[in-house]
Amino acid sequence: MIPYKEHEISSKEIRNRTLISFLVFVLLLVLAITLWKWLNHQPQEQGALKPLRKVLNYNEDVFNNFLSNNHLAKTFPVSSAVKKVRVNGNIGMSKDFDPTTWKLKVIKNPGDTLIVTIDEIKSLPKTDLVFDFKCIEGWSQVTHWAGVTFADFAKKYGLSEQIQKKYAGLITPDKRYYVGIDMPSMLHPQTLLCYEMNGKPLPMNQGYPLRLIIPVKYGIKHLKRIASISFSNERPPDYWYERGYDYYSGL
Amino acid sequence: MSLQSFFIFSSMKKIIKKHPLAIRWFHWINFPVLAVMIWSGLLIYWANGVYRLGWGDKTVLKFFPDSFYKALHIPYHLAEGMSFHFVFMWLFAINGFIYFLYLIFSGEWRLIVPNKKSFKEAWQVVLHDLHIKKGLPPQKKYNAAQRIAYTGVIIMGLGSLLTGLSIYKPVQFNFLANLLGGYEWARAEHFILTILFTLFFLVHITQVIIAGWNNFRGMVAGFEVVQPLSPIVFLPPEEKIIEHTSEPLSPLPSLPPEEKIIEPGSESTELKENDTIQGT
Repeated sequence: MIPYKEHEISSKEIRNRTLISFLVFVLLLVLAITLWKWLNHQPQEQGALKPLRKVLNYNEDVFNNFLSNNHLAKTFPVSSAVKKVRVNGNIGMSKDFDPTTWKLKVIKNPGDTLIVTIDEIKSLPKTDLVFDFKCIEGWSQVTHWAGVTFADFAKKYGLSEQIQKKYAGLITPDKRYYVGIDMPSMLHPQTLLCYEMNGKPLPMNQGYPLRLIIPVKYGIKHLKRIASISFSNERPPDYWYERGYDYYSGL
Repeated sequence: MSLQSFFIFSSMKKIIKKHPLAIRWFHWINFPVLAVMIWSGLLIYWANGVYRLGWGDKTVLKFFPDSFYKALHIPYHLAEGMSFHFVFMWLFAINGFIYFLYLIFSGEWRLIVPNKKSFKEAWQVVLHDLHIKKGLPPQKKYNAAQRIAYTGVIIMGLGSLLTGLSIYKPVQFNFLANLLGGYEWARAEHFILTILFTLFFLVHITQVIIAGWNNFRGMVAGFEVVQPLSPIVFLPPEEKIIEHTSEPLSPLPSLPPEEKIIEPGSESTELKENDTIQGT
C-alpha cells in the first residue's frame, strides 16, 4: 500500500545531508530577510515604495486589458437605493463656494476654454444610474444618481480631438482636490457628469452643482464639485495618488 | 531519538524520501508570501473593520479589538497595505499555480487528495492526536486528517484568489462577484478565508512541534528517518510496488546511485488507481 521505499544509509550520510539542507535553508532565510529590508528601505514614489509603485503601474497595464464598455457595473432597481447616502470625503469642498456663479470650464487647449452652464448640461440626454458605490476603504452602498454621460457630453461639445488624449484631469473650485482619469474609463458608458441624487439636485455635501460618477473606479475618483476638466497625455495630478494610492484605482 | 542519529556515525539507518524538492520550495516560498498577504490584508481591512461574531446587538467577538490593532500598529496604513497586497498577490498566485500544476503532473496529488476511507479515518486520527484512542490506521505520506486539511487549504488558496479578484476588479469580473453572492459577500468570504488560514496555521504549527524534529527535517531536507514505531507501514522490499517519486526534481542528484533514496520508477507515471488506494 505504501508508495515509498525505504532506503538504508549511514548516520554520517544523514548528518551531512541534514547539515547541507539546513545551511541552504538558513541562507535562503537570510536572503529573504535581506530582500524584505531592502524593499522597505527603498525611496518612495508618490507615497509608495518605488518597486511597489512600479508593480502597481504594471497592474494597471494588465487590468486595463479587461476594461471594456461591455463590462458594466451591476445596476439595481431604484427602490434598492439608500436614502441616507454616505459622504466619502469633503476635501475640496470649501465653505466659501458661490454656486450662483458656477460654470463648468472645459479646457480644450491652452487658451481655448469652453464654458458650460448647469442648465446647458441638464438639457443633454439624461442617464439614470443605480449602482453599488465602492469606497476604497472597503464599504459600499447602492445609490441613485443621474446626469449626462461624459461620452454624450464630449460628443455634443465636439471634444473628439480632446478624447484622443490619454487622460482627463478634474479639479475642484478651491483647487484642493483633483483627480486624473484614463480616457477609456472616462468614456465608459456609465461615467456621468452627475447633477442629481435620488431624483433631486445634488446636496451641497455631495458636490452641488456637478460631480463625477464613475462606477469603474473607487470613490476617491468620483470628484465632487467639478470646476474644470482638462486633457493630457501625461498623468494629471491626483490627490490620493500623491498619498500612496494606486493611480488607476479601477474596479 | 532522531537527535541521537545525528551523533552516531557508523550505524546504518533507514530513511524514506518524503517531500520532493519542488514541494519544499513551494512550501517555504508560500509561507512568507502568505504572511505578507495576511499582514497587508489586515492593514486594508482595518479601514472598514465591520465584521464581528454575534447576533443582533450582541457581539461576542469583534474583528478586531482596538487593542489588537494598536499592538500591531495597524491603523492608518490603508495605502501601504494595498501597495503590498497588490504586489505580493502575484507571488502568491504564481507560486500556488505552479504548485497546483506540479501536484497534477507529478502524480503527487494522489497522496494529498482524500480517498474513500479518508473521511472515516480522519476521525480516528483526531481521536489519536487528542490522546483519546491509541493506534492509527495505516497511511501513506499523509494520514486521513492531513489529506483533508492539506486539500482543504489548497482549495482555500484558490478561494482567496477568486474572492480577491472579485473584490479587486468587481466591475470587470462582474460575473465572478455575482457568482460569489455579490461584492459585499465576496469581501466577507475573502475575510473568512483569511481567518481560516490563520487557524490552519496555528494547528499546523502545533502539530509540527508535536511531531518533532524528524518530521520538520522532512520539509527542509526532504527525507525522514524511519522510526521503529513509525505509523508509516512498509512493504517487504521483494514485493513489486509502484514507487512514489518525482525524480527529475531530486534534491541530491550528485549522490552515487547506491545511496539514492528512491530509485526512479518508470512505472510511477502510470500509477494505477488500484495500487494507491487498495491494500491497507
